[in-house]
Amino acid sequence: MSTKIILTHSVDKLLRSLCPPEAVNAAERGQWPAELWTALEHAGLTRAWLSEDVGGSGVGVGDVLAMLRTAGRFAAPVPLAETLLAGWLLESAGLPIPEGPLTVAPVTAGDRIQFRKAGSAWRLSGIARHVPWASQVRHLVVIGQAEDGCQVGVVEASRCRISAGKNLAGEPRDSVDFDAVTIGAQDAAPAAPGISQGALLQRGALSRVALMTGALEKVMELSLRYANDRVQFGKPIGKFQTVQQQLAVMAGEVAAACVATDAAGQTNGLGETACAKVRVGEAAGTVAALGHQIHAAIGITYEHTLHHSTRRLWSWREEFGAEADWAGYLGHWIAQLGPDGLWPAMTSPAGIPVDA
Amino acid sequence: MIFQDAGFSLPELSSDLEGLRGEVRAFIREELRTGGFVPECNAWMEGFSPEFSRKLAQRGWMSMTWPKRYGGRERSAFENFVVNEELLAAGAPVAAHWAGVRQTGPLFMRFGNDSIKDFFLPRMARAEIFFSIGLSEPDAGSDLAQVRTQARKVDGGWVINGRKIWSSGAHRTDYMVVFCRTAAADGDRRAGFSQLIVDLKAPGITVRPIYMMSGAHHFNETIFDDVFVAEDRLVGEPGSAWTQVLSELGHERSGPERFLSIFPLVAQLVRLAAADRDVRKTATLGQLTARLWTLRRMSVALLTLLAEGRSPEVEAALVKDLGTRFERESVELIRALAPAQWSTGAADEFEVLMAKCLLAAPAFTLRGGTNEILRNVIARSLGLR
Repeated sequence: MSTKIILTHSVDKLLRSLCPPEAVNAAERGQWPAELWTALEHAGLTRAWLSEDVGGSGVGVGDVLAMLRTAGRFAAPVPLAETLLAGWLLESAGLPIPEGPLTVAPVTAGDRIQFRKAGSAWRLSGIARHVPWASQVRHLVVIGQAEDGCQVGVVEASRCRISAGKNLAGEPRDSVDFDAVTIGAQDAAPAAPGISQGALLQRGALSRVALMTGALEKVMELSLRYANDRVQFGKPIGKFQTVQQQLAVMAGEVAAACVATDAAGQTNGLGETACAKVRVGEAAGTVAALGHQIHAAIGITYEHTLHHSTRRLWSWREEFGAEADWAGYLGHWIAQLGPDGLWPAMTSPAGIPVDA
Repeated sequence: MIFQDAGFSLPELSSDLEGLRGEVRAFIREELRTGGFVPECNAWMEGFSPEFSRKLAQRGWMSMTWPKRYGGRERSAFENFVVNEELLAAGAPVAAHWAGVRQTGPLFMRFGNDSIKDFFLPRMARAEIFFSIGLSEPDAGSDLAQVRTQARKVDGGWVINGRKIWSSGAHRTDYMVVFCRTAAADGDRRAGFSQLIVDLKAPGITVRPIYMMSGAHHFNETIFDDVFVAEDRLVGEPGSAWTQVLSELGHERSGPERFLSIFPLVAQLVRLAAADRDVRKTATLGQLTARLWTLRRMSVALLTLLAEGRSPEVEAALVKDLGTRFERESVELIRALAPAQWSTGAADEFEVLMAKCLLAAPAFTLRGGTNEILRNVIARSLGLR
C-alpha cells in the first residue's frame, strides 16, 4: 500500500470516530477538541511533514496534501495544516519543535514582522492579521525580516497581544501584535535558503487547496445523498434533469480540484501552486453555490451540516492568497514571457517558470 | 470517479518526450517562417490542408500510434499526444486527417476485416485519402437511435438510401463511414445498426454545402440515393455499430482539441497583457492559465487510462464539458478586456482571431455531443436512484 493510502486511511478512520458534526459545532463555540487533537498527535499525523531525524515521518508534500484533503472532508476543527507548516519552518531553520498545536505567521501577503537584535535576544515588531488558531495554540512560528535576512522564530502565544477574530466558518483567525515581544537567541535562527515569507504563503496555499478539495468532495457527497432522499412532485429531486445537470457540473468541478491538488503536490512549485489555488478557489465558489441550491432551505440552516463545508470553502479560498492574488501573480509572470512563451511554460517538465 | 480514488496517482508526461516535442516545434517554426500555414483557432475543424497532413505523415507524426504494417510508426499514445497538442497550440491546419486518424483508423483496426485494414489504413497513413463521419441526420442529433438511413441487402453488398447532415469536410474528403440501419430494431432501438464505408464519388451520392453563420464551408448534407457498397465494406459484424460508436467516445472526448481550439487567441492575450500590464488582463491571463493547466493534466490522466485499456467514458465526458466551456468562456473573457468592433476583415491579427472565435464559439459546446448530453452521461454515473 502506498504512503498516500495509509495516511488517508488512518486520518479517515480517526476523524470518523472523533470528528462528528457535533464536534465541529462545539469547536465553533470555542471548545478545544482535545481528544481529537491528542489522537492526531499520537498517530504522528501532526508531524508528518517532519523528517524522521526530528521525530516525523518524512512524508512527501503530495501525501500530506492527501491527508489534509481527508481532514477537509470532515471539516476537522483543528490547526492540523498550521502545525504541519510550523514544523516544516522550524525544521528547515534547525529549531526544536515544541509540543502541542502550533500556528504560523504572517499569513497575509502585506503583513511584515521585523526581527531586531536586542543584546543576544531578538525584539519583534509588527502585526500579523488573520492568523489561524493563534488564540488556541501554545506557540506561534514566525517568519520575519532581520537586518541580515530572513529569520524564523518560536514565540509563546501568551506573550503576544492577540485579538480574537473568526473567519466565515467560525474558525479562529486572530490578529497578533508582536510589538515588544522578545525571544531568546535559542528560539530563533536564520531561515534556510529558499525559505521565506513567500515560501510560507506558497505552502500555506497548497494546504488550503487540499483542505478545499476535501470540502468540495463533502458538498458533492451531501448533495447527491439529498438529491436521492428528498422527494418532491412524487419523486426524488435527483430524477429531475435540472438537478442532474447541476450535480454533473459539481462532479466536473470536484474532478478538476482533485487533479489540480494532485498536480500541485507533485511539483510543490510556485507556478503550480498558483494554478491550483486559482482553479480550486473557482471550484469552491461554483460547488458551494450549487450545493446550497440543491439543498434549498434546509441547507442554509445551522442544524444541517452543509455549512460546515461551504462556510469553510468561502473562507479558505481567501486564505494564503485569493484567486485574484494568485491569478494576478501568475499572469504577471506569463506576460513577461511573451505570446510565444505561454505554451512552453505550460508544457515545461520543470514546471511553470515563476520567480519568488 | 477515478480522480477521487485514494489509490489514484495522477500520471505525468515523461520528460523523455521533450526531444520529440522539440522536433515538432522546430518543424512548426519552419512552416511558419516559410508561410506553410497561418495560425488559426479551431484549425482542427476548419483548417483543411491535405498538403500539411502529408507533411506530417512523411515525418511519421500523423498516424504514429498505428502498427507499422498499416503505415504507422508504433509510437506511444503519449508521443502522439505531444505531437497533437503542439499542433493544436500552434493553430496548425490538421482538419483533413483529424477525425479520420482519431476515430476512423482505430475503428477499422479494432473491428474492420483484413480487406478494410489492408486497403484503407496504409492510404490514410500516407494522407492520400481522407474520411468524413456520417452519424447525424436531420432527425437524429443527440438521439442517434433515430437514424433512418437504411442499407438494404442485395447480391454482393448493400444499397444505401437516406441523408446525413453536418458531414464535416464531405465536399473534400474521399470516404464516409455511414452509420445506418441494416436490420429492424426488433424491440431494442440501438440494435440493427451497421457502419458502411462509402466512396463519396460513388454514383447516387450528392454532397450539398451547408454554410456556417460565419460564411465558412465545412458542413454538408450528404444524400444517398441507391448507393451500392460492396459486402466487405461493412465494418465488423452487421448490427454492431452502436457498440462500435460507444467504444470511440473516450478517445473522441478527452483529447486536447477539446480545450485547445482557442489557444492562439489566449496567446494573443499574453501580448495584450504584456503591452500595458493592466491588472485585469494579467489576472485573466493567470486565471485562464490555471484552467488550461488543470485541463491538460486531466487529459493526460485520461490518456493514461485509455492506454491501460480502460474506458473512462464518464471522465472523458467531464473533461469535454469542462474543456469546451473553458474555450467558450475564454473568448468572452478576452473579448471584454479589449473592446473593438470585431470583424473578420480587420487588419489586426488579434481582431481577426477574435472575430472568428466569436462566430465559432457556439459550436465548441455542441460538437461531439452537447454539454447537456454529456452531463446526462455524468449524472447517470453518480449513483442517482
